[in-house]
Amino acid sequence: MRITVTVDGTKYSDDVEPRQLLVHYLRERLGKVGTVVGCDTSNCGACTVHLDGHSVKSCSVLAVQADGSEVTTIEGLARDGQLHPVQQAFHDNHALQCGFCTPGMIMQSIDLLADDPDPDETAVREGLEGNLCRCTGYQNIVRAVRDAAAKMSGGAGPEAERVGESQQVAGGGN
Amino acid sequence: MTATIEPEVGRARLRKEDARLIAGRTRWTDNLTLPGLLHMAIMRSPLAHARITRVDVSSARQLPGVIAVFTGADLADEQGSLPCAWPITEDMLSPNAPSIAVDQVNFAGEAVAVVVARSAYEAADAIEAIDIDYEDLPVVLDMEAAVADGADLVHADLGTNKSATWVFDSAEAGTGSEVEEAIAGAEVLIERTYRQQRLIPAFMEPRSVMVDPTGEQFTLWSATQIPHILRIMLAMTLSVPEHKVRVIAPDVGGGFGGKLQVTPEEVLTFLVARRLGKPVKYTESRSESILAAHHGRDQLQKLTLSARRDGTVTGLKVELLADMGAYLRLVGPGVPILGAFMFNSIYKFPAYRFVCTNVFTNKTPTDAYRGAGRPEATFAIERLMDELAAELDLDPVAVRERNWIRHEEFPFTTVAGLTYDSGNYEAATARAKELFAYDALRAEQAQRRERGDTVQLGIGTSTFTEMCGLAPSRVLGALAYSAGGWEHAAIRMLPTGKVEVVTGSSPHGQGHETAWSQIVADQLGVPFEDVEVLHGDTQSSHKGMDTYGSRSLTVGAIAVVQAADKVKAKAAKVAAHMLEAAESDVEFAAGAFRVRGAGADATSVSIQDVALAVFAAHDLPEGVEPNLDSEATFDPENFSFPHGTHLCAVEVDTETGRVRIREYVAVDDVGRVVNPLIVEGQVHGGLAQGIAQALFEEAVHDESGTLTTGTLADYLVPSAADLPNFTTDRTETPATSNPLGVKGVGEAGTIASTPAVVNAVVDAVRHLGVSDVQMPCTPLRVWRAIHTGQTDAGGLGGEAGGGLGSMGGTQ
Amino acid sequence: MIPAAFDYVAPTTVDDAVRALSEAGEDAKVIAGGQSLLPVLRMRLAAPSKLIDLGRIPELRGVREDGDTLVIGAMTTHYEVQRDPLVREHALLLACATDTVADPQVRHRGTLGGSLAHADPAGDLLAPALALDAELVVSGMDGRRAVPATEFFTDFFETSLRPGEILCEIRLPKYTGWSAHYEKFNRVAQAWSIVAVAAAVRVENDTIAQARVGLTNMAATPVRATAVEQALIGQPATPEAITEAAQHAAEGTAPTTDGNADVEYRQHLARVLTSRAVTAALST
Repeated sequence: MRITVTVDGTKYSDDVEPRQLLVHYLRERLGKVGTVVGCDTSNCGACTVHLDGHSVKSCSVLAVQADGSEVTTIEGLARDGQLHPVQQAFHDNHALQCGFCTPGMIMQSIDLLADDPDPDETAVREGLEGNLCRCTGYQNIVRAVRDAAAKMSGGAGPEAERVGESQQVAGGGN
Repeated sequence: MTATIEPEVGRARLRKEDARLIAGRTRWTDNLTLPGLLHMAIMRSPLAHARITRVDVSSARQLPGVIAVFTGADLADEQGSLPCAWPITEDMLSPNAPSIAVDQVNFAGEAVAVVVARSAYEAADAIEAIDIDYEDLPVVLDMEAAVADGADLVHADLGTNKSATWVFDSAEAGTGSEVEEAIAGAEVLIERTYRQQRLIPAFMEPRSVMVDPTGEQFTLWSATQIPHILRIMLAMTLSVPEHKVRVIAPDVGGGFGGKLQVTPEEVLTFLVARRLGKPVKYTESRSESILAAHHGRDQLQKLTLSARRDGTVTGLKVELLADMGAYLRLVGPGVPILGAFMFNSIYKFPAYRFVCTNVFTNKTPTDAYRGAGRPEATFAIERLMDELAAELDLDPVAVRERNWIRHEEFPFTTVAGLTYDSGNYEAATARAKELFAYDALRAEQAQRRERGDTVQLGIGTSTFTEMCGLAPSRVLGALAYSAGGWEHAAIRMLPTGKVEVVTGSSPHGQGHETAWSQIVADQLGVPFEDVEVLHGDTQSSHKGMDTYGSRSLTVGAIAVVQAADKVKAKAAKVAAHMLEAAESDVEFAAGAFRVRGAGADATSVSIQDVALAVFAAHDLPEGVEPNLDSEATFDPENFSFPHGTHLCAVEVDTETGRVRIREYVAVDDVGRVVNPLIVEGQVHGGLAQGIAQALFEEAVHDESGTLTTGTLADYLVPSAADLPNFTTDRTETPATSNPLGVKGVGEAGTIASTPAVVNAVVDAVRHLGVSDVQMPCTPLRVWRAIHTGQTDAGGLGGEAGGGLGSMGGTQ
Repeated sequence: MIPAAFDYVAPTTVDDAVRALSEAGEDAKVIAGGQSLLPVLRMRLAAPSKLIDLGRIPELRGVREDGDTLVIGAMTTHYEVQRDPLVREHALLLACATDTVADPQVRHRGTLGGSLAHADPAGDLLAPALALDAELVVSGMDGRRAVPATEFFTDFFETSLRPGEILCEIRLPKYTGWSAHYEKFNRVAQAWSIVAVAAAVRVENDTIAQARVGLTNMAATPVRATAVEQALIGQPATPEAITEAAQHAAEGTAPTTDGNADVEYRQHLARVLTSRAVTAALST
């Protein structure tokens, strides 16, 4: 089947097997190996990307289902060499160790901040319940998300992903 | 140039590693590809014990994109036997351990056929087309049944399911007295049987391996903790010359002991690539990882503690059964032996006896998992100390205090024969109690009991130590381990003054690049940013013993320090020449050489100046080689003994059995700290894994030997929503066994936390008649324990609850 | 893991979808949000010949009012249900239960209709649908028909959907002014319910005037705790009255035994959680 998908701002048109998972399309066809596969049952969340502005587990979406959609991966967050504030916060708060869960954690964190720009600790923990990390015990991840929230004013999600608007997002204040 | 003033060691440096990890610019093995790369898939036995009677791969071979299909028979002659490097006794029984079963399968998940195809999708399709007939054999699952007379056998040719029995007796060793005498004369006896459930390491990155055969040379990339050991073992197992094998561990996504292995998958990928002469990659699915990568723990502990009525312990007897699974893996037999020295923990037992029998069952082999032997031991002794306190109606912390080694008694040689170099259990405990508000929580507990609240409060204590930093080659030799415990490092001074550090300790999330940079920055007086750490490639890092057992800092980093010393010694000769001074008159400080006593304004040459001068080599002193590069191999005299006090408060809902952690305080003493941020992170992660053992995780098999917790929907790795916020702090008692004063930290949190949580659960409901709840303390188990006294409800043999029972639905 | 190959079609109208489904034969499967189906396909626990994707049929999506009835398109995602003001106002119980489904990513893709048609007795939306007297409108080659929730769920993962039929919308009487709570009991946040209780009550003059209680994972199908409802009606909203009524919660249930719970424990939990669900509902 022929699909057309915009991934990290670039439009791709490809023939794919209907059974191809979105995550495999991203990794194997587009070389977007920043998005990883951690399980078979959509429990771990490592493959989280944004599909039309909302977080999804790309192992549980078929590439054909993404036809006509916009996908943002971890590789599409930084703008002009500047990290997304959530990426920066993960670094600043030592919110990763091995880093395998990190792309999915960051993508889900951005989504959660889009829905709730000022989450308390419980809200962050619940917002990340679909993402597993085996290294950090989550404490610094929670801290990073709240730190990012404090530094972002314009919200996250689709806003933060729009090319050219990263300054506003990173800027703080209203 | 400006030298670093503030020492790097001790600074909370943000990690160098993060840049690529937060941007998705990682090099996981599965991210790598090669021209013409083929993909391998593995067909695994669905049965735990069976003879293979017929294998038909003809349909699979016909499928599009399929390059080759191999069965056990096809690879039998060249696969060798997977290595076991720890023959714990001279008479240990070790069955042949094939990477792919030839005529019999001994655990569900064992490889029975492999497919190589153009794509992973085509390989997966071909697996479905393979037809194998089996003839069932009796399944051996329960350890006690396995060692009984007339038991069915996992390996009929061995004639028994017992692999080895290993004994330590303090009377025989001369480190203590006779334990049976202590027991006979005991005023109080605490006898308990505890079960260490089987766990699954569940590192986040599934294992992956890629092999590129280029002429005579093989390059193997693997998500492994042990590239160096793997290279040696491949050479020894597959009769391929060691110098023709290069192993690379690129970015590795967690290990926790689970990637401390020479795996069947690595061997099979190697064999298949060699046979085909083409690059081949295999990446496991999560289900395969859970099923077939080695498991951890799985012990049955029969324990007898003798004491006086004042709470003074007089003896400890430990009788273990340890489940090896179907085969002995790399260090599997030695895992319970690492625990042998830790049951006595921080306490002054006069008499101690440890007997462990390693047992074969038709389950996935077990091997190292974070803590490896020491969490099991720590759990047992810390649970016993709480039981002793309850028996004597004493405060659990007071009982520990009565028996622990006082800080002025260090160095202290224990009843197990280890010499603890340093520690201050009083200080860590005092700090923990303060942070925990111990007395206030005890008061609340009393009130809740009095009111008969639905939700009861429990307080659990764990005052732990561990032996880590594996370690002294001499000791490992005495324990019959096949290798040493040294570590290697090299430092290369580049002409522009930048520094490359080569370490043999291969990280998988720990932050070596940052910590080693800090250490070298201090040692050589160069900026943190000017240091690059190279690791995980046997071509660049040619010598190493890799990462496990909390050894990287206490062994590997000391080798780095020693290599830096050698660089400075070489540089001093050149610097003296440049300063036109005698070498003995030159001193090195803050990255520069000066004539001693010449004052701060005097001429100096920086180490970078020296590096450039050596590169040019135009004017070197007589007989001096134009090279500052140096290497060192460090073999410590002793293990490292971090310790700490963990306090946990749980709320137990007595109506449902649900446990909620309300407060968790961990005060750890890991000696001097290179990077407090990294140390804290290690503690957090360790706590999460230890708590997961206490409350959530268990690998469960049904009566046929099928793993019913075969996905992350059934094997419950906790999420952020399931864990509390931790309060962590440190005391700092420097190690005396290494020049940095550091101790290991990687396993501490895991070792300490499990008993703290279970002690808290039991404490919450002890007044309701509960003295034990088996791990994991599920709501069902806790509720049953309260209402019927049964401690192991819903245990072995059950269906996993929930999960993908869900095969039908339509939409 | 990787699904077996299948054909795929994404019709844009219900009529086309129904036609595609009946033409594709019995090995075809409908995919809604796919959040249960895709893991099953990846594990190769099912290998349909063809997937009929309902994701591109606009008429299946959205929430609207139809007189005294609330109508939710089958393909409305959990995320949309959670945030829909009409659902909050007229079917609060469904919103509460939807809040607890899986995790945020899954809620972005998963759909109400998909969950109901999947008919996992541990699924969280079946009991609310049953308790709220939902009517499920299905379409097939023979036209549309409405199936009451009481007749829709027939067994573990089995519904009264006939071959070739598609669930199109969920119709609920309005429960305007009712308070509600979904009390879920599981071992970790993203796990399925061991037991859960869906409770909605309407209070008049401090007396429980109406009550609806549904149980999750207490039988092969969701269970309506009618005895509890009867016991609650007319009672004062006091802890004693609620606890006493909740004692009837296990009546008529037939739960299974697994590693997380046995029959006795599940029935015990049903009573405890019913009491808590009703209490929490009353305090909303």
